[in-house]
Amino acid sequence: MQADVFTKRRKSALLLFGLLAALTLGSAVLTRYDVARGLTSFFRAFIWGVTSFYPDGKSMRRLPEILTKLWDTMLISVASTMVAAILSLFLALAGSRTTRVHAFFTVLARGIGSFFRNMPLVAWAMVLMLAFSQSSLTGFLALFFGSLGFLTRAFMETFDEVGEEVVDALKATGAARPHITSQAVLPSSMPQMVSWLLFMIETNIRDATLVGLLTGTGIGFLFDVYYKSFNYHAASLVVIVTVIAVIAMEGISNSVRRVIL
Amino acid sequence: MALLELKNVTKCYNGATRALTDVSFAVDEGEFVSIIGSSGSGKTTLLRCINRMIEPTEGEISFAGLSVSRLSKRELRRLRTKIGMIFQQHNLVERLSVIENVLHGRLGYKSTISGMLGHYTHEEKQRAFEIIGILGLDEQVYKRCDQLSGGQKQRVGIARALVQNPRMILCDEPIASLDPGTAKIIMDYLSDICREWGITLVISLHQVDVALRYSHRVIGFQRGSILYNGSPSGLTHERIAEIYGSESVEPAARQAG
Repeated sequence: MQADVFTKRRKSALLLFGLLAALTLGSAVLTRYDVARGLTSFFRAFIWGVTSFYPDGKSMRRLPEILTKLWDTMLISVASTMVAAILSLFLALAGSRTTRVHAFFTVLARGIGSFFRNMPLVAWAMVLMLAFSQSSLTGFLALFFGSLGFLTRAFMETFDEVGEEVVDALKATGAARPHITSQAVLPSSMPQMVSWLLFMIETNIRDATLVGLLTGTGIGFLFDVYYKSFNYHAASLVVIVTVIAVIAMEGISNSVRRVIL
Repeated sequence: MALLELKNVTKCYNGATRALTDVSFAVDEGEFVSIIGSSGSGKTTLLRCINRMIEPTEGEISFAGLSVSRLSKRELRRLRTKIGMIFQQHNLVERLSVIENVLHGRLGYKSTISGMLGHYTHEEKQRAFEIIGILGLDEQVYKRCDQLSGGQKQRVGIARALVQNPRMILCDEPIASLDPGTAKIIMDYLSDICREWGITLVISLHQVDVALRYSHRVIGFQRGSILYNGSPSGLTHERIAEIYGSESVEPAARQAG
């Protein structure tokens, strides 16, 4: 009897593996992807990167320009995240099971959250470009919409996790809903919310590079300009500086997290 | 006149499952009443119907002359300030300090704005510190609640109920997750509160011996109905067996009924 359970489990594992293999092979055939060539060109790309994609002495003179653009990009990321956070706080309060006033708002808030979250960032950038052309505002708004969707969802789940117990206890003392939200739900969720906020800022600095490339702003635009003018040394410097900035940001937010949790 | 009176209270979940059937009893001011019964017998539902955390399906509940089921939202909030509640899982905001959790008991008296901002008067804070002192939590006042032991957390729960200045406290299995020694401390505090402060206590318990030792009156519950309602001394072994040990005869009884 017990052996049967194991045989069954092995069979289903085998089936799953078979399905995944078939899916991989199928999509490779359909897209005419040559595995061998893919691997060798990866190797060649690596060689090219080492031989020509590195910063040299001349590109170092561009460092001040790169750093100012990087600073701009970081500020835009932080600003868009914070503005999005304020709005998504209200959306999440309306949408969470623990704090909601009426089921209608829950559906509405979850709908807004889903829409903004599932629309790709690149699509936002393209659409907004038509309206605002190449400006910092376009980049800001693209990041703002993406963050709004993500943070609404993240905050909502954080509030859901607070649970009915504390809410029940305060309701039993005669406290009204706004009291319970501000005195129990928000204090309980604060560390988790700050954590999500820091994560969002990190992600946005990374994404700002891509958005900037499309909307012609910030560090992404600079990369685009250098790359298209075959100035690979300067372009590589942009990449390195961005990576350092993101890692530094991650380090800062990790230490902040340790303090507040 | 009785402080709390229940008349023919019935609660059905989803229109089908009966949690309470035709429950009637009265509690006088200053009484210590225990409700005993096996898990799922409807003790929690009963307590939660009293302050309308759960809406009873049928029946009349009156507290201090007020008909509980007819109250508007605002009146219900005012009623709840007069009825404290203590939970098995303490239900504290773990990240906040003891004093902050205790002051939550005053939120029912607050306007929307001052409650949201957490503005408490000097008298309220002084009273909170006093009560924390009485419950022996002086050294823990500024500690976060997630650093406290189970017994200490439950004392914070009691302090939160007391700071409400209630006439009655409902306790939903307050000692079910505590060890015997800590449970005794908690029960002694509750007993003192009842005797010295004149606060009425309605408490659901698992431990029959504890119920017998502390209560003025015991109500035995089985499958949502009252089987026994009287003094602890009148609760014989046969009665207790009837309240708790009738699971084995249940199928037969169901067939007969």
